[in-house]
Amino acid sequence: MTAAIDVKGLRKSFGPRKVVDGLSLAVQEGEICGFLGGNGSGKTTTIRLLCGLLTPDSGSGTCLGFDIIKQSEEIRLQIGYMTQRFSFYVDLTVEENLNFVAQLYQIPDREAAVKDIMVRMELDNRAAQLAGELSGGWKQRLALAAAVLHKPKLLLLDEPTAGVDARARRAFWDLISDMALDGMTVLVSTHYMDEAERCHRVVYLAGGKIVVQGPAVDVVENAHLVVFEASGAGIGKLVHQAREAKGIESATVIGQALRVVGTDRAVVEAAIAELKAPGVTWHDVPARLDDVFIHLLGTEEATP
Amino acid sequence: MSGFSVTRFLAMLHKEWIQMRRDKGTVGMTIMLPLVQLFLFGYAINTNPRHLPTAILSGGHSQYERDIVTALANTSYFDLREYNSEYEVDRALARGDIMFALHIPPNFERAVDRGDSPQILMEADATDPTAIAAAASALQVIVPTALTRDLPPNLHQSVVSAAPAFTVALHSRYNPEQITAFNIVPGLIGTILSFSTMIATTLAITREREAGTMENLLAMPIKPLEVMLGKIVPYIALGYIQVGLILVAAVFVFHVPVLGSIPLLLLCLGLFVGCNLAMGFTFSSLARTQMAAQQMSTFALLPSMLLSGFLFPFAGMPVWAQYVGAALPLTHIIRICRGTLLKGNGLADIWPDIWPMALFAMVVGLIAVRSYRQTLD
Repeated sequence: MTAAIDVKGLRKSFGPRKVVDGLSLAVQEGEICGFLGGNGSGKTTTIRLLCGLLTPDSGSGTCLGFDIIKQSEEIRLQIGYMTQRFSFYVDLTVEENLNFVAQLYQIPDREAAVKDIMVRMELDNRAAQLAGELSGGWKQRLALAAAVLHKPKLLLLDEPTAGVDARARRAFWDLISDMALDGMTVLVSTHYMDEAERCHRVVYLAGGKIVVQGPAVDVVENAHLVVFEASGAGIGKLVHQAREAKGIESATVIGQALRVVGTDRAVVEAAIAELKAPGVTWHDVPARLDDVFIHLLGTEEATP
Repeated sequence: MSGFSVTRFLAMLHKEWIQMRRDKGTVGMTIMLPLVQLFLFGYAINTNPRHLPTAILSGGHSQYERDIVTALANTSYFDLREYNSEYEVDRALARGDIMFALHIPPNFERAVDRGDSPQILMEADATDPTAIAAAASALQVIVPTALTRDLPPNLHQSVVSAAPAFTVALHSRYNPEQITAFNIVPGLIGTILSFSTMIATTLAITREREAGTMENLLAMPIKPLEVMLGKIVPYIALGYIQVGLILVAAVFVFHVPVLGSIPLLLLCLGLFVGCNLAMGFTFSSLARTQMAAQQMSTFALLPSMLLSGFLFPFAGMPVWAQYVGAALPLTHIIRICRGTLLKGNGLADIWPDIWPMALFAMVVGLIAVRSYRQTLD
């Protein structure tokens, strides 16, 4: 397998703020790589560095075998980039927007290509609708259609499903999975854990550096988190007490359950032994990806 | 909820104040711009221009002729240069190198001494009636006094009483009736065009940036020149429609004469539109917001209006202001419009005004392409 993305030591500052701080990343061909991290952790900036929209202060590497600094024009031709903010012309129709993109990429047999992608994304019924009048989910579809219209080898998606409903998100991810099966490499940033779990590998960024990476299952396992859930009528009263308790990093009410997370099993068990209320029982439950990320966000804040 | 709430009003006021303070560039421009312009235009504009370039075409160099030249020079309205042939004078007048031409007939001295009261011809370029008005009236004043000192005593008497020693005929060329519209309308063609075309492109890039479409455009394989030309060409077409309408109105409503070649004028106007679009595109690339871009174009338009010779006589401006004016495309297109329409000037006559525009278009076009940032850095 060859690397679709292979960059080392990328750095980018805006004024005094180091946004990307020595980031090295390798993504294999055909891989779906999930980019995670809090707001301002450098996800968007990294993606922009990869597609040549920003020039790194230092560092080097390749995207699809092209140098990210010297050959950004070649890279542009072969990647699809979907911006975080909807960036199509609201006063053009779906079809007109796609035609415009197809022309910029000089796609042969443009009409057929546009028609084909519209059918594939189920946009054909909305071909004549103004892009500005589409709902959130359909706007994302249009943006994805435009990003893959020229059959790129690498797809960079920056929070593609932010603000989109669950059904639309699932349909969107089905499309991405299909394209990955066809051999396209996908780098996608997201805040949704269900989406992160659909990636072959997740990369967690904090302060412009990669903190953790690997398949979601491994990331959860390697974090060695201890998670307990309590259920019963009295959990509401226990929340605040739980948050003060030693060894408990987070305590959250999720629906009918109180979920506490810690790292040291003995300490957590000792802590919950103190958290008693009538009708409340504790169960040992497996950690989830979001527990890991909240844990990572917490340690990030602790280390200035 | 009903009624006016001072708290809500103050909240809004406070918010605006914070926003304004953070936008230092705009505030600075809003305060400094009027001051700069006040000084610029306050010193540059002069509706009673002096030192107007004047040609002398004289048959001889008699004492009387020298007296007349001295008298003209003393009024400070005329800067005199000698010319040798009618043809040269005509060309210079058409090109706008001179505004007046003084023709002193051969054997002038002898005619005066004979008491024939010969006539001197002063031709004036009347395409800008304001510019020549004061100078033309000063001309009549010198007639009775210019020769007083050197006339023989027998003629001296007659100057005061009966027939003057000589007379001056003023001949207004190109616009004999000195109709103001003939001056204003050709000037307006350029002015209106610069407004409409520059403002249109000024928003071209900033609009993409504010709508968020710029990021996507940058990520796609398109070159700066392609973006620029793609955005400019539709407006050139629009500009030509405007030119057509203005020309039709100028001819049929204002009855502006058309002595020169319309295709030549159209070609020049196309170049002029190109200058403005390149300038608008540059502002658009440099400015961060639409508001800032609009301010920049205002900064360029006002001097164009005031220093181009459109509203106020070019010849009346101090030399430094004339240099500023000479750099502006509007100055040249106004001369070309007046020249081709009113004087019937051809390519050779208007060439001195074509190349500066072409140079401007090239330089600013280059800046426009360079200033288009291909990255988000």
